[in-house]
Amino acid sequence: MAFNFFINLSYLIGAVAFVWGLRLLSSPDSARRGNLLAGFGMAVAIIATMLLPMARVANNYAWIIGGMLVGGLIGFITAKRVKMTAMPQMVSIFNGLGGACAVVLAIAELNNNYTGMSEMSTGGIGIALFTLFIGGVAFTGSLLAFAKLEGLVWDSTVTLPYHNIINIILLLVTVACGIYTFVNGSLTLSIVFMVLSLLYGYSFVAPIGGADMPVVISLLNSFTGLSAAAAGLIYNNNIMLVGGILVGASGTILTVLMCEAMNRSLLNVLIGGFGGSSTSAKGTDGDQVAKEVTLNDAAIQLFYSQSVMIVPGYGLAVAQAQKVCKEMDDLLEANGVDVKYAIHPVAGRMPGHMNVLLAEADVPYPKLLDLEDANSALKNTDIVVIVGANDVVNPAAEDDPGSPIYGMPVLKVWDAKNIIVLKRSMRPGYAGIQNPLFFHEKNKMLFGDAKDSLGKLVGEIKSL
Amino acid sequence: MESFYTFFNSNLILIYLLIFTIVLGFEVISKVPTVLHTPLMSGANAISGVVIIGAILLIRQAAPDDYLTLSLGTFAIVLGMINVVGGFAVTDRMLEMFKKKKKAN
Repeated sequence: MAFNFFINLSYLIGAVAFVWGLRLLSSPDSARRGNLLAGFGMAVAIIATMLLPMARVANNYAWIIGGMLVGGLIGFITAKRVKMTAMPQMVSIFNGLGGACAVVLAIAELNNNYTGMSEMSTGGIGIALFTLFIGGVAFTGSLLAFAKLEGLVWDSTVTLPYHNIINIILLLVTVACGIYTFVNGSLTLSIVFMVLSLLYGYSFVAPIGGADMPVVISLLNSFTGLSAAAAGLIYNNNIMLVGGILVGASGTILTVLMCEAMNRSLLNVLIGGFGGSSTSAKGTDGDQVAKEVTLNDAAIQLFYSQSVMIVPGYGLAVAQAQKVCKEMDDLLEANGVDVKYAIHPVAGRMPGHMNVLLAEADVPYPKLLDLEDANSALKNTDIVVIVGANDVVNPAAEDDPGSPIYGMPVLKVWDAKNIIVLKRSMRPGYAGIQNPLFFHEKNKMLFGDAKDSLGKLVGEIKSL
Repeated sequence: MESFYTFFNSNLILIYLLIFTIVLGFEVISKVPTVLHTPLMSGANAISGVVIIGAILLIRQAAPDDYLTLSLGTFAIVLGMINVVGGFAVTDRMLEMFKKKKKAN
């Protein structure tokens, strides 16, 4: 009895550690402790499960420990090696594995049930089928998201004509199959249902792409959480339930935030609005000419200004220009220039991605301003330097109701005194929309590769 | 309907737990600042690896010669463990970078 008490106490400690760990994530100072605390909670829960007294069981510890060593090693090595630019891919693939794990558990339990090895209640079967569905969608959806982020597949190659109609039909068929399986239960039907769920996961992510990636990753994250919580119900295990729900909540909140940052409804994102097909914005800029700035001029302007705001976009990360950006920051700071970074919520390929990339380049986090703070600071900024960002600084979002991004909250860089855009060419951005900012009276272009241009700017500033 | 009433009455504590955890989760997580959203996501990922507990329970209850269940369970453990260890390790790696800044400043 006392032993049972300690096991249950361990689960309780584990669950509290999860919640408290997430709570500590509310500030960068305590975040690392929070993560370690959550990890400790997980370790306690796993050990308790190993020791949990069970009547007449074979235990099979060798299988468990073997699996843990293999999985732990793979996870550890991946975590140590992954590049920070590849974080979205890694989170996607790990997410998928969590979903897959839930699917395997559900199918194993259903197998035991239908072959008569153990008996599940009607509710239990329903929950197992739900786990199968949501875990399956999270698994194949995440794998496709991974492939898209790695550049292994392109949106156009995985999207069929009338894809949205296909998706709706597939969803209806899958749900119908799930209900049929629930009523007429058999192992074969469960497997058919699993295959349909896996298929739907792939199909549902297929039309979503490009700038919508942060939404997809967040949504799949919440699915994995739900599948873990549902699996917790199968085993009547509280810590699985608590852990799963926390992840589900986190994924849901991030999904909502990302949708808000683009001023689009979740449904609109799922249907694949402008992610793949570039809508034609107003094409009246044919005769407008963007002004160019020379390196020397740009360097002088920056060096003798009071305040500089850098707006990094994914182009900065692609060019691996974070370090040289920080170098320029240091040079300017040494001359008394106040340098800040304005980070749009959807800069990068997952929520908060740009912050991590800049943190890796040793930029102190108090310098990273979010959308709201940046917009109020921009009014008193001398020069804005836009590196590899485009749609998040597009004034059309404010004043052109015909634009596909109209209404999306953007960084109001035109409130600053001067703007310099570092860009490879005049090509439109990720969403395929022309940006009137380039022809703005305050704006000057500095053409070239982001890293290359910044490197040259650093050189010029040094020679001043 | 009768069966639903019975289910509700007999699982009351579970339903409380479910609802309170949802409320608590939203409360706690909405306090996480934008700067930390990526570590939040990878940390949450690690926590979703809690499904490994189900896999451990599955294997422990399996017969020693039930190789199908044992293989499926071990496969699930490998997947879950990648999630747990990889998730916490990479989150720690990220947060360490955020921390270093503080001292430098």
